[in-house]
Amino acid sequence: MGNKKKWLETTYKQASERPARFSTVSDMELDPLYTPDDVAGSYDDALGNPGEFPFTRGVYGSMYRGRLWTMRQFAGFGLAEDTNARFHFLLGQGQDGLSTAFDMPTLMGYDADHERALGEIGREGVSVSTVHDMAALFDRIPLDRVTTSMTVNCSASILLAMYLVVAERNGIGWERVGGTIQNDMLKEYIAQKEWICPPRPALRIVTDMIEFCARKVPRWHPVSISGYHIREAGSTAVQELAFTIADGICYVEEAVKRGIGVDEFAPRLSFFWNLHNDFLEEIAKLRAARRMWARIMKGRFGARNPKSMMLRTHAQTAGASLTAQQPINNVVRVAIQALAGVLGGVQSLHTNSMDETLALPTEQAVMVALRTQQVIAEETGVTNTIDPLGGSYAVEALTDRMEREANDYIRRIDQMGGMVKAIERGYPQREIAEAAFHFQRQLEQGIKAVVGVNKYSIPEEIPIATLKIDRAIEERQIQRVRKVKRERNSVAVKQALDRVAEACRSGENLMEPICEAVRRDATVGEVSDIFRAEFGVYKDPGWI
Amino acid sequence: MADKRLRILVAKPGLDGHDRGAKIIARALRDGGFEVIYTGLHQTPEMIAEAAVQEDADAVGISVLSGAHMTLFPEVMRLLKERGAGDIAVFGGGIIPDDDAVKLKQMGVRQIFTPGASTEEIVKWVRENIAPRT
Repeated sequence: MGNKKKWLETTYKQASERPARFSTVSDMELDPLYTPDDVAGSYDDALGNPGEFPFTRGVYGSMYRGRLWTMRQFAGFGLAEDTNARFHFLLGQGQDGLSTAFDMPTLMGYDADHERALGEIGREGVSVSTVHDMAALFDRIPLDRVTTSMTVNCSASILLAMYLVVAERNGIGWERVGGTIQNDMLKEYIAQKEWICPPRPALRIVTDMIEFCARKVPRWHPVSISGYHIREAGSTAVQELAFTIADGICYVEEAVKRGIGVDEFAPRLSFFWNLHNDFLEEIAKLRAARRMWARIMKGRFGARNPKSMMLRTHAQTAGASLTAQQPINNVVRVAIQALAGVLGGVQSLHTNSMDETLALPTEQAVMVALRTQQVIAEETGVTNTIDPLGGSYAVEALTDRMEREANDYIRRIDQMGGMVKAIERGYPQREIAEAAFHFQRQLEQGIKAVVGVNKYSIPEEIPIATLKIDRAIEERQIQRVRKVKRERNSVAVKQALDRVAEACRSGENLMEPICEAVRRDATVGEVSDIFRAEFGVYKDPGWI
Repeated sequence: MADKRLRILVAKPGLDGHDRGAKIIARALRDGGFEVIYTGLHQTPEMIAEAAVQEDADAVGISVLSGAHMTLFPEVMRLLKERGAGDIAVFGGGIIPDDDAVKLKQMGVRQIFTPGASTEEIVKWVRENIAPRT
C-alpha cells in the first residue's frame, strides 16, 4: 500500500509548499495526495458498473458511447416571437432540445399588464401571459419530437397547462409530449426566491403535478430537483448536494403519502446541478449524488424499479462564477466547467455565454457556448470511455467525503422534521448566506482568487457588444394581453377560474381545472390570483 | 457626544430574487458599524420609499439584477421626493450597464456598484459619502 502517513512525514515534509490554502472553491481542504489508503468500500458496493446500482459510474450502460448528452441552451427574451426565432436558430445550429427562460412577471405569476410587471417585461426571459403567447413561442416547433424544458416554478402548473393546450391544438396528444418543468418549489424558498404562496400549499401543487403527469403525461418530467440555484446563492458544493437531495426526499415522501406508488412516479423525477469552477469537487459531487439517490430510493423508499433509483440530470455552468471584468475569460471557465459535467456523467447540459454577467447573451456569444459543448463531444475524446476518472484515488476519496458530509446535513434536516420545517426555520437559507459571506471574505482577503477581478486585473477594459432589449416591446405585450382579455368570453373565464378555486379548497387535483381555465383564455396572473386568494401570499422573512 | 450611527436601508425592489449580493452588502455594512435594515425581497418602490421614511434612513442602497433598474431607481427617488425625503441618498448596484449607470447618476443616484466591487470598497464609500440627515 501507499503508506501515505509515512510519506507525508518524510518526503512531503522535506519538499517545499507554497504559502496557500489548498482548498476547493467551497473551502474544503484537500490532502496533498490521495492513495489507496483513502479509498474505502468494495468496487461493487461503492461504484458498480455503469447502468448498475448504485450508478456511481453513470446511469446508462453505454453512457456517451450510446448517446451524447442533450445540448440544451436556455433561451428567452422579449416577445414570444423573438424567443421563437432564437429557438429556430439554436435548432439550426445542431442543438437538440429547447429550454425556455420566462421573464420575471411570468415567473412570479403576474400578467404583463400588471403594475408590478413594469420594467421587467421580456427583460430576462420571454413574456407569457396567455395561451396565445405560448402558441407563438412554440410556433413551427414539433412538440412531439423536440423535448422542451421550462424553467418556471410557482406558476409552473399554469405554464404546463398552457403548453399542453398548445400541443392538443396542434393535434398532439398529451401522451406524446415530452419535456421537463422545473417546478421545484422547495429550492425557491431556499435560494431562488420566486414564490406565490407559502411552502405547504406550494408543495401540494407540486404533488398534484407529479400525480397528474404520472397518469396523463407519462413522458413529462414534472419536477427538476435543482441544486443549481442553491449554489448560485452562494452555497458550498456539499450544501448544494445535501439540500437538493433533501428536497428530493421531501417530494417523494409527499407523493407516496398521496398514495402514488414510488415506482409509478420516481422514474420521471430528474435533477439539475450547478457546474462550478472546482473541477474535481464538481465531478465528485455528481458521482456522489447518483450514489446517494440510488441508495435512498432503494433503502429509504423501497423502490424496486432501477429507473426509480437512477439520478438523471441536467447541468448548467455556474453563472455566479463568471466575471464582468475581461469577459472573454469566461469562455475558458465555461469550457472547464462543462468538461467537469461531462466527466461527471450528466444527461443534458447548458453552457453559459461569456456575456451573461452583463446582459442576456447575444447570438454570437450563445454560439460560442454551444460550440464549447460540441468541441468537448467531438474533439476531446472524453466520450470514448465511461467515467474515465472513476478509480482516481482523489476523485473516489472526494466522492466518499461529499456523500458523508451531505448525509450529515440530511440527518440534521430529518431531525428537524423534514425540509419544509427546516425551511420554515430558515436553516438552509442561513447556512447558504453564511457560506456566501465566507467566500466573499476569502475573496477580499486574497485567500481565493478570481482572475481579472482580484488578481491580474487591468485598468481599462474594452467593452464587448451586449444584447439590448427594446423597451417598446413592453407596450406591445401589454396591449396584446389587454386585447385577449377584451375579446374572450368573460363568463366562461369566470366559471373556469371558480372551478380552480374550488379545487384549491376541496383538494381535488388542480391540473385539469387549470388546463380548462387556460383553454378559455384565463391568464397566468388570474390563475395566480386564485392561488393568492385561496392559499395566501408568502413574504420574505429577509434574514441576513 | 459620538456621531449618530448612520442608518442604511438595503432594498430589493422588483420581482427578481437574486438576493445574494444584497445580503452580503447588508452584512458587510452592519459589520462596518452602520445600522442596517434589510427590506427583504419583492418590494415595490412605494414600500421602499415608505420604509426609508419610517425607518429614518440616511441612505437607501438598492440592488437590482433583473434589468429593471431604469424603471425602479427613478421611481424610488420620485417617491422619496414626494414624501419630502428627497435628501435621503440613493445608491445601488447590480447588473447595470455602464451607459445606464451614467444616466442614473445624472438623475441623482449617488453611486452605482457593479459586479466585482468589494464590500470593503462599498463600506468605505458609504463612510466617506453619506452624512446623517439633519
